[in-house]
This record gives sequence, structure tokens and C-alpha cells, in this order.
Amino acid sequence: MKNVKVLGTGCANCRNTVQLVESIAKELGVEISLEKVEDIQAIMAYGVMSTPAVVIDTKVVHAGGVPGREKIEQWFV
Amino acid sequence: MNAHRKAELNMNSNQTIRQNLSSVHRWLTMISLAVPVWVLAYLNLDHFAQWLIGLFGLSRNTHLGEAMHFFFFDTPKVLLLLTGIVFAMGIIQTFFAPERTRALLSGKRLGAGNMLAASLGIVTPFCSCSAVPLFIGFLSAGVPLGVTFSFLISAPMVNEVALVLLFGMFGWKVAGLYLGMGLLVAIVAGLVIGKLGMERHLEDWVQKIAKGEVAHIPGEEMGWVQRFEAGAQHVREIVGKVWPYVIAGIALGAGIHGYVPEDFMASIMGRDAWWSVPVAVILGVPMYTNAAGIIPIVEALIGKGAALGTVLAFMMAVIALSAPEMIILRKVLKPALIATFASVVACGIVLVGYVFNAVI
Repeated sequence: MKNVKVLGTGCANCRNTVQLVESIAKELGVEISLEKVEDIQAIMAYGVMSTPAVVIDTKVVHAGGVPGREKIEQWFV
Repeated sequence: MNAHRKAELNMNSNQTIRQNLSSVHRWLTMISLAVPVWVLAYLNLDHFAQWLIGLFGLSRNTHLGEAMHFFFFDTPKVLLLLTGIVFAMGIIQTFFAPERTRALLSGKRLGAGNMLAASLGIVTPFCSCSAVPLFIGFLSAGVPLGVTFSFLISAPMVNEVALVLLFGMFGWKVAGLYLGMGLLVAIVAGLVIGKLGMERHLEDWVQKIAKGEVAHIPGEEMGWVQRFEAGAQHVREIVGKVWPYVIAGIALGAGIHGYVPEDFMASIMGRDAWWSVPVAVILGVPMYTNAAGIIPIVEALIGKGAALGTVLAFMMAVIALSAPEMIILRKVLKPALIATFASVVACGIVLVGYVFNAVI
């Protein structure tokens, strides 16, 4: 099971990202555990500079803006 | 996982290269069709407005006809400009990821660094919700505090939406002045904050942050297709959000244009009332809206005879400084630094207001 974290301080784009990741994982039938990280110190610990960012397991795979559908699908292949 | 779907995805990545070539062509064809249509539409705005009010059986000699003409002329004009510029800006921004901007600014000294930072603030994609990560990311890469502030002030204040709207409604001189003065405020305020040496007024955990631990985000190869897509995405995001404000602003402007006597506001916000600039800025600081939301108000105030400098100072204060932003920044700045930041920027804006009022 993949652990997916969405890093962001709670703006609209962060919420959209969470929803999109959730629905695409469901569509593909991939089981994930989805977490939202809103604490700024925790976010900074990942070294990202723009939010929303996405961390899969421990790796930052995306930063700055809502990721595209295709990109999200690639994470779950 | 669904095996069929998986196979499909794999196949997709194999075909990517071929598809990319053909979609670059598709984009180029679309753009080369869109540009002449755009230019033609822009050149015929007046005919269009005349024709439309003709349909209603009105002429420009009546109050209503004049107001309607103003509305049907300005709305498509501003929306056309906005779509074009925002699309171009979306493409330009793909060349200035925050990581790139930071690399350009890292180790720059006060002065030249502030100018560069303020200019990069225009082209780097920025959302106020990213202000804190960006702020820390800059500092940890060795960008001086003052330079970081120049960026942080310019990025929200001097942006393409504000400039397009000002250009569309008040002409290139006002837009140019706003651009120049906005940059100046960002540069000087950053310089002042840098000279004050306020690094110890950063929150302790920020001071402790290790230097330069940057996440490497795997290969987002930006081909032209991605850049064009980013442009289109930017249009959907910005124009999609902004158009109601634009229409509200122009409708308000149209009403004023047709009906309200010219110097309704002149006595309160005219250039003879010296205190109006600081009052406008003080009122504007806690308020928050984006560039688009403020334009209806600006339009209304100027239409009623308020002085341009006063109104632009108000606009800058609303966009550049806001209570929600201060609350976000409080997580990384101690109160003394927040207060310095707010008052340095506010003073800069007041000065800009006076200069505008004196010049125009």
C-alpha cells in the first residue's frame, strides 16, 4: 500500500489535490493511505518551496500546483 | 490494479514522443488561428459596441446609450486582453519555477539582488498560500532577508492581472506607472529591511533550519506542449476566477460614466486633500482582495473624481498588505519584523501616492 501525503497549508489548491489523488486512486483500484500535512514546519522538513506538494512513501514527487491527471496516474502504475 | 488500465498507461508512455510532436503542431496551428481572430476582434471593438447598442435602438447621445456603449466596449476589450496576456504569462512562468528563481537570487547582495528579486516577482508563479515555504526556501538557499522581502512584496502586488486591468481601463501610462512604482516600493522596502539587519527577528525554528536541504523533484521535462498547456491552464484558472469582477467593475464604471457627476469624490479623495493618501493606505492594509476584486472599486473611485495617486495607493495597500497574509507570516516572523515589514511597505505606498498625485 502506498502512503501518499499532500503537503499544503489548506488553500483551495491543496484540497483539490487531495480530492483528485483520492478519486484517481479509486478509479485505478489502488489502495493508498492518504494524509494531509498542514503544519508548516513539517512541510518545510520535506524541503519543498511551493505547495501543494505530494510525497509518496518518503519521496517528494510533485510541488507547486495541482498535479495533472496523467501525472497522478503515473505514480500509481 | 486493473491490468488492462495498467497496460494502457504503459502504452501511453511509449507513444509520448510521437504524440508530443503532433501536439506541438496542433498547438501552433491553434495559436496561429487564434492570433488573427484576436487582433481582428480587438480592432473592431468599437463597431461591435455600436452595433450592439443599435440593436437596442439606442444612440450614444443618451445617458443610457453612452453607459451601454462603455460596457459593451470595455468588457470584451478587457477580457480579450486578459486572456491573451494571461496565456502568454502562463507560458513565461514555466521558465521561472520557484527553484530556478531561488538559484538566480542565491548569494546576491543587497541592491542588485533586490532589483532582480522584485523583477522576478512578476514572472515567478506565486500564490499567497505558498508564501511561507517560499520565504523559508529562499532564506535557506542563502538569499538575503532583504532580497527575499523584495520578492515577497513584488510578487503579489505587481502581477499581470493588475497591469492588464489598469491598462484596459486607464491606459498604458497608468499601468506603466503602477509597474514602475510597484517595483520601486518592493526594491526600496526590501533594501530598508535588509539594512536594518533583522535576522534575529525570524522565529527560532526558522533560524535553525539547515542550509539548503532541497527536495529534488523528479524530471518534469518541460516540452513546448507542456508550456502551452500551462498557458491554457493559467487562463482557465485566472480568467475563470476573475471575469465576474471584471464585469462588475465595468458595469459600475459604465454607470458612473453615464450618470454620476464627474467630481463627486473630488472633495474627499481629490488631490487637494493631502491627508487622503495616508488614510487610503491605512484603510487598505487590513483589507484583502485580489487585483481583480479591487478594480471595480478603483473604477468607481476614479470615475467620481478621486485622485489617481490616492486610488492606486489604496489599491497597492489592499493587494500587497493584508491581515490574512500577516497571520500566515507570523508563523515565521516575530512581531517586530512583521510590524517593520508592514510599516516600511505602507510608507513606501504613501510616498508613491503623493508622487502620482503630484505628477498626474
